[in-house]
Amino acid sequence: MNPAGYPEQVRRAWAIAKKDIRIYYFKGPVLIFGVFMPVFLFLAFFMGSRQLPLSFLISGLIGMTLFFTATAVSPAIFPWEGSAKTLERLASCPITVEAIVMGDMIASILFGIGITVITVIIGLALGLSLLHGSTLLSAIILAACCFSAIGMLLAVPPTNVPSNIMMLSSLIKFPLIFISGIFIPLEQMPAWGLVLSICSPLTYFTDLVRYAFTDVHYFPVMIDIAALAVFAVVFTAGTMCLHKMTMPQRM
Amino acid sequence: MTSVIQALNLTKVFGSSTAVDHVSFDVQKGEIFGFLGPNGAGKTTTTRMLTGVIPPDAGTATILGHDIRSEPVLAKQGFGVVPETSNAYTDLTAWQNLMLMGELYGLEHARAERRSNDLLGMVGLLERKDQKVQAYSKGMKQRLILSMALIHEPELLFLDEPTSGLDVQSTQMILSLLRDLNEQGTTIFLTTHNMEEANRLCHRVGIIRSGMLVAIDAPEKLKTAIDRVHRIEVSFDREVSGDLLAGIAGVSGVNRTGDKWQIIAENQDTAIRSLVAFGKQNGAVIVSLNTLVPSLDEAFLRLTQEEKP
Ligand SMILES: Nc1ncnc2c1ncn2[C@@H]1O[C@H](COP(=O)(O)OP(=O)(O)O)[C@@H](O)[C@H]1O
Ligand SMILES: [Mg+2]
Repeated sequence: MNPAGYPEQVRRAWAIAKKDIRIYYFKGPVLIFGVFMPVFLFLAFFMGSRQLPLSFLISGLIGMTLFFTATAVSPAIFPWEGSAKTLERLASCPITVEAIVMGDMIASILFGIGITVITVIIGLALGLSLLHGSTLLSAIILAACCFSAIGMLLAVPPTNVPSNIMMLSSLIKFPLIFISGIFIPLEQMPAWGLVLSICSPLTYFTDLVRYAFTDVHYFPVMIDIAALAVFAVVFTAGTMCLHKMTMPQRM
Repeated sequence: MTSVIQALNLTKVFGSSTAVDHVSFDVQKGEIFGFLGPNGAGKTTTTRMLTGVIPPDAGTATILGHDIRSEPVLAKQGFGVVPETSNAYTDLTAWQNLMLMGELYGLEHARAERRSNDLLGMVGLLERKDQKVQAYSKGMKQRLILSMALIHEPELLFLDEPTSGLDVQSTQMILSLLRDLNEQGTTIFLTTHNMEEANRLCHRVGIIRSGMLVAIDAPEKLKTAIDRVHRIEVSFDREVSGDLLAGIAGVSGVNRTGDKWQIIAENQDTAIRSLVAFGKQNGAVIVSLNTLVPSLDEAFLRLTQEEKP
């Protein structure tokens, strides 16, 4: 066994993910920001705009659910562990910062996928028909990777106060919701809004979900998938690199 | 080459203050090395640099043959750490904490379970292994953290003030465990501000003051190096003449306190030999003989006091 080799580091990342699942899934802020918030945001919107078809709304709900859940766990882990001093324990263990970040991302991804799948099942129970199952599945997996990397990026500022990070992440997450075709279809967006929405990975995911349920899409499907993949790779590499730099400042 | 830790010019600067200033030392295989210094001297900062938690601003540390900067994972694989602040996961049980450590050190599941059982038995936590660490006392937490550091049977163990603030039972248990581990071959690096602990446990101690290593030697040698003059306390079963005593080889002064004589000697060895000869010549039996070494406390205070210009 080479402790520094990739297979061994991936195994150790999985150990980190299991620990995160045990500890952080049931923390109050994770449930509030990850589950209740998107549900109530959606309900508020649903009450206000009855003229949009259910399939459009459910697609938006699924997009929003994955976005909120996959970014709910990851930003808070580092600040929590920094203040509990458990991060120092991890830093002295034979595991790289990249593997720690990967473990935290895995926990975040599984949380996002799990709750989103429940939302999809509810949608199907409400009579929605799934036209492109495999596209939806790959979209969910790719987007979950991408969003959890965004969550980790939000935790880069080396503060050990979880609520600061939660605040910062809300500040960035909410505007994204409004430019990503969840409440306002891309077709109805003004030009400047469309420019913004191209920069948001959530746009491509929502587009794919709508395609999966209604066969309607704004961008070509392959472009959506490629964009999500590129965002996922860039954000993951970026967050690993940045965390490696800021980690010592948390001690 | 049996150096387990090689620190060379380790330096750490926080803002405008230098917490650790060009510290160099070696720790040999099988040693218990004590890193002794008052609060704020830089013990924790040094330990964190040695264990790869924070990078040094200058200097290098080679642990078990691996540079801690360029091969951190390989270096870390070989040692265990008990950090200064308690840091088991309080939301997990003792057992879950140990299994997590087992996985992070790449242990097979069966071996991790066996080790966890043994270690929990050793530190007396086996009955409470399925309880969340939240409910543990400070002493119990510290014993668990020691077990976590030992899960992979490391050949080197770092401990940062492992007994500070603990109850007597936990302290004694931890110190005796450290002695046992060392007898079985584990090299131990321990920081402390407790002289007595260093004196009883360590083969060698390094004394650090405001980030600088001011002395490094065996505790006994450090103590005697402080005082050039030695004191010997001796008592005989009959009256002897103080003048005669003062005249023997190696003795430079004599004081009487009760039934004992306090001898001031430049050379302790010569003085003791001539005292024995003196007793024989005068038909006086030596009832007691003590060498009054300065305590490590005194040595420590001397070494860590700022020199006056
Ligand atoms: N993260 C940090 N940021 C700024 N200063 C620090 C930090 N850690 C330690 N120091 C300073 O470095 C000095 C040495 O601290 P430390 O190594 O903790 O001493 P010890 O463990 O011997 O009590 C102290 O003056 C402390 O205030
Ligand atoms: Mg300290």
